[in-house]
Amino acid sequence: MTDQIVSILAATVTAGTPILYAALGELIIERAGIINLGVEGIMLIGAVTGFIVSVVFDNSWLGLLAAMVAGGLITSIHAFLTITLRANQVVSGLALTLFGTGLSGYLGKAYIGIPVTHPFAVQPLPLLKDIPVLGKVLFNHDILVYISFLLVPLLWMFMYRTRPGLLLRAIGENPAAADAIGAKVFVLRYVYVIMGGMLCGVGGAYLSLAYAPSWLENMTAGRGWIAVALVIFALWNPLRAMVGAYLFGGIDALGFHLQVLGVTISPFFLNMMPYLFTIIVLVMVMQRQGGRLTAPGALGIPYDREDR
Amino acid sequence: MKNRYLVFLLTLLVATVFVLGGCGSSKDKKPAAESKLKVAFVYVGPVGDAGWSYAHDQGRQYLISKMPDVQTTIIESVPEGADAERVITQLVEQGHKIIFTTSFGYMDPTINVAKKYPNVVFMHCSGYKTAANVGTYFGRIYQSRYLTGIVAGKATKTNVVGYVAAHPIPEVVRGINAFTLGVRSVNPNAKVKVIWTNTWYDPAKEKQAGKTLLDAGADVIAQHQDTPGPQQAAQEKGKLGIGYNTDMSKMAPKAVMTSAVWNWGPYYVKIVDAVKKGTWKSGQYWGGMNDKIVDIAPYGPMVGEDTKKLVDTAKKKLAEGKWDVFTGPVKDQTGKVVVKDGQKMSDADMLKMNWFVEGVEGTIPK
Repeated sequence: MTDQIVSILAATVTAGTPILYAALGELIIERAGIINLGVEGIMLIGAVTGFIVSVVFDNSWLGLLAAMVAGGLITSIHAFLTITLRANQVVSGLALTLFGTGLSGYLGKAYIGIPVTHPFAVQPLPLLKDIPVLGKVLFNHDILVYISFLLVPLLWMFMYRTRPGLLLRAIGENPAAADAIGAKVFVLRYVYVIMGGMLCGVGGAYLSLAYAPSWLENMTAGRGWIAVALVIFALWNPLRAMVGAYLFGGIDALGFHLQVLGVTISPFFLNMMPYLFTIIVLVMVMQRQGGRLTAPGALGIPYDREDR
Repeated sequence: MKNRYLVFLLTLLVATVFVLGGCGSSKDKKPAAESKLKVAFVYVGPVGDAGWSYAHDQGRQYLISKMPDVQTTIIESVPEGADAERVITQLVEQGHKIIFTTSFGYMDPTINVAKKYPNVVFMHCSGYKTAANVGTYFGRIYQSRYLTGIVAGKATKTNVVGYVAAHPIPEVVRGINAFTLGVRSVNPNAKVKVIWTNTWYDPAKEKQAGKTLLDAGADVIAQHQDTPGPQQAAQEKGKLGIGYNTDMSKMAPKAVMTSAVWNWGPYYVKIVDAVKKGTWKSGQYWGGMNDKIVDIAPYGPMVGEDTKKLVDTAKKKLAEGKWDVFTGPVKDQTGKVVVKDGQKMSDADMLKMNWFVEGVEGTIPK
């Protein structure tokens, strides 16, 4: 029985990691005041670029780097449209998802069914892996999982304990005020949107270079949308995003294990849990905080200096 | 305002590049002589899915290799429903004389369009509605699954075989049952554990399901899914597997012992030939091993000679046609005899199968 639980928890961490990367990316973008519904498309672009580059150059690190660059590049379209042109962020994001899905399918056509020679393989961490239970759950993964362990507290520290982090929150909360104290709102928004896009790209590359590891059209299968819901669930806080990613990732793993154990619970019910949890959290927060959601104040509102 | 124009121009430029690029790479749209017979295929997924649509496209390529005077067009990833009707109509308007619609959900759209164009032949895969110019076709893949079951039954050491299954519909249930009967024909102590993914196409999820079965003690993983995810899970853990749709050994060479495969090519040649000669007639076709429309893929090196012999014997029996997989006695999960000794289950009963045979561990969600 403990074996079963350990394997469920270990599977939870792997299943949660791509969602975690994408959610952290989206979190940064939304903290800068931009809604980005293109996560699914960006992840696919990251997945396909990472895969192609690792196959061609036989180097997964290079693939990962390419996925970041590609994710950042494609998201810069969204940045240009929403920051410079002040276009509707929802429309632009949706367009990005459609564009990314199509483009990734087109680019990846020749790479379907090709194996990666050196995917990110499982590398148990010495010493740490020998901790009973915890070692197998947390420290028996590939290196990208370990990086995500570090990334979450670092991002949290950056956001809440440093001056640039404060500015990041400020440009999403009240860009006019941030502008008034001399912050370069436009430049910073560009930087954070593109950075977020790079992380979404890593989320996609995790699927094609470590989790699957192979390329198939549309392989994200809705994980980008779960990441968007997750950011709301996490109330724009990286630590809570981590909890949420594993909660949502665990639902996948748990569903299959329950079936093996003979517990019949409808998988459709399990599949809707991420969204259900998000709604429950929203309701709870609205109740407790008297109707004020902790969303960045200027989220989704284009910033125009002239409008002040 | 200047910016808006710039964006518009940029978008236009990008679009043009893609359109031109798209035309350049497409091999099937070359202008052809008027004498060529135009045949169209409508696919539900991308051709590159390595699964269902890919198998149909292999059939199409076989068709053009055998009949060079045929010109084919493919439309990929067509959603089932109203969109399909538009796509099919457009294909007819472009002068295609035979149209293969290769997914269950194209049934009504195919029938609707066929009413308007009585001179065009429509072939719908896996449905049950026909008309004077609409025929249906499908294959008895469960026979292949029975044979692959024999391979799995001989290979398992833990006597637990895992089966990653897509959706709880009769076609999938029938496959699981046939597979289980195959496993237990050579290994009566073995059990088949089933996990439902409720997806046809999610590489990561299907791999996860395969991993879960391996964790639960299975050492051979079979699947009714369109991605090789479960096979890759088996390979990573050093275990074995049975693929589906097409030969999946390319994706997991160390794991895949064989695959239950579709072989549409010869059938497509037969149909196109019949239409050309004017002998084609509407009907419902459900072909089996004897027609070679279903088969098993070449064995991996880990499959022993004695296993191959057992499969060959069963294959012969199937090809003769007197015996079929669901010939009694067949018991259900509770041990009740459902098909009596010596009786052959009718096609109608097979097409609505919603119970598991003895030896399957799992439930069918209702």
